[in-house]
Amino acid sequence: MSTFFQQLLNGIQLGSIYALIALGYTMVYGIVRLINFAHGDFFMIGAYAAYGLYYALGRLFGAGNPGANYLVLFLLVLGGAMLAGGFAAVTANRVAYKPLRDKPRLSSLITAIGVSMFIEYFFSALPAIGPSFRGFPEVFPKTIIKIGTASVSNYVIIDVAVAATLMVVLTLLVKFSKVGKAMRAVSQDKEAAKLMGINIETIIGVTFLIGGAFAGVAGLLSGLTYPRIFPYMGILPGLKAFIAAVLGGIGNIPGAMLGSYIMGIAETYANAANSLIGEGIAFAILIVVLLIRPQGILGEKTADKI
Amino acid sequence: MGKKIFFISRRMLLFVAGALGMLLLVLFFNATGIFTDYIVQIINISLINVILAVSLNLINGFTGQFSIGHMGFAAVGAYTSATVTTLIAKVTPRLPYTEFININGYIVFILALLLGGIVAAGIGFLIGFPSLRLKGDYLAIITLGFGEIIRTIFNNIDYVGGPRGLLGIPKFSNLIMIFVITLLSVIAIRNLVFSTHGRALLSIRENELASELVGVNTVRYKITAFTIGAFFAGIAGGLQAHLLQIAHPTQYGFLYSILVLIMVYAGGMGSITGSIIAAFALTFLSEGLRTALPGLGDLMHVKIGDEWRMVVYSLLLIIIMLFRTEVLMGMREMKLLVPEEEEHHGQHA
Repeated sequence: MSTFFQQLLNGIQLGSIYALIALGYTMVYGIVRLINFAHGDFFMIGAYAAYGLYYALGRLFGAGNPGANYLVLFLLVLGGAMLAGGFAAVTANRVAYKPLRDKPRLSSLITAIGVSMFIEYFFSALPAIGPSFRGFPEVFPKTIIKIGTASVSNYVIIDVAVAATLMVVLTLLVKFSKVGKAMRAVSQDKEAAKLMGINIETIIGVTFLIGGAFAGVAGLLSGLTYPRIFPYMGILPGLKAFIAAVLGGIGNIPGAMLGSYIMGIAETYANAANSLIGEGIAFAILIVVLLIRPQGILGEKTADKI
Repeated sequence: MGKKIFFISRRMLLFVAGALGMLLLVLFFNATGIFTDYIVQIINISLINVILAVSLNLINGFTGQFSIGHMGFAAVGAYTSATVTTLIAKVTPRLPYTEFININGYIVFILALLLGGIVAAGIGFLIGFPSLRLKGDYLAIITLGFGEIIRTIFNNIDYVGGPRGLLGIPKFSNLIMIFVITLLSVIAIRNLVFSTHGRALLSIRENELASELVGVNTVRYKITAFTIGAFFAGIAGGLQAHLLQIAHPTQYGFLYSILVLIMVYAGGMGSITGSIIAAFALTFLSEGLRTALPGLGDLMHVKIGDEWRMVVYSLLLIIIMLFRTEVLMGMREMKLLVPEEEEHHGQHA
């Protein structure tokens, strides 16, 4: 029973990280109908930004000394990861995706693959980063809390809390702010939104910014939880988060969250059973969803969705 | 159109003669030492890449599907054929302790290669099914997932070496063998494309709904395209494994699939000629960069790692997509590949 509970917690933790990535996928897809293959790499950039910023701040303020204010440090690193991820996403959109907006959708998809490869190899080619693994620092000191017979690290709580906060903020933003309203309008009907005086490109840019920032945070949380980072770390989580978004209904924000938690929990249990099943379960889920309910759990059925 | 193109036409003979001439030239240069064995090896790899690119072009370029897990099929072909030759039949190209060519060994190899192709085709047939319901990006993800699943499976089968890979595969592939098989593959796909069936594939790419309305069985043709494409990819994988003498799970990753995809796009979607040229050009570019980049680094007194090669490649892909979709040939073909009677219709597509 206690392993069951433990795995459930691990699954929720993993699901929180997937959710932050999946939200970017789903929002971008909802607005420009593009599977942004490079999204997993914004996640990686966030992790590296956090890593760099942590050590830079450490030099300046002596982080890691007893008495250093961990919360402030953590928030600073979090902000850095957000900025880096958001900046990368906006740049990719500007340079690579915007010129192809009117071209067939496959052109942007292939370009996205190119952008993804470019980011990965450019990072591993840079002498300052390199292709090898790096250990991620304990930005926040790790403590183990015992609940009954299961032991939980405070990282679980941090991951879930940060993800939950951001998801609430995003939901409020999309529901009630002017930008959020514009985002929903653009995703429903681009032309009509344009006629209503909405600057489409600005809204697309904001969407990429938010998606990239969330992926950056996910990178930091992932580095914290599974403490190693490398330039190709974004590929698999990116793919799995995308599948989670499809599972929940692509283009649908609550769907992405739901799909991510299902995915995280399913993967954790599958991994505990057998590592081969663990590696394959994401794709198995994808195939089943696409064959049975291609619009996803919360997605609405449209005539020609796929 | 009609049936005529399946017969041997004058142009086809000229094409074969031209190709054979080039083969003789390479063999001559190799014998006289102008082409080192290294260059011949790059030509071998280029020829195998030609099969991969042309067969992917059949799926992506001619039929308008979007498969990005092509190396998964190659992995199936490679592991199947190498298992037969290396683990089951245990044959070698030469008779033991002699210099005599082992004819039986070559027969086993050819059969193993075919078996690899057939098994890959079977998998391609299965992968074709999602393509009935899915288009574009979803199909891409499925095929990508398929490629990864295949890799993971081979990574976990201990009989074929698991993560160590299948080592000690006999070197059955040589220039002539690879050349002949590549030539046959190209002719087979060319004949398919210019046949009535090929027209059906093209019509699916141009407008699936319209093609269905004029009575094309789109379901059958899409699955056929995947099956045939996978068959040739399996053959290419088998050839490659018996050339490099190793089949390793990492050989068949996403990256290689993307490289083949770049060849198809750089050469032009729906142009066999383009795929052939791009396969050669990009394989030579890749090998050239492998030596040129460290050389450049030495000049500038910095170490330039192999990753930069991939940076160049990915930039190439982005630039191709941003500035011109059809770089080399567009949808055009060299004249020798177009049947005589086609010319009156102008461009074949």
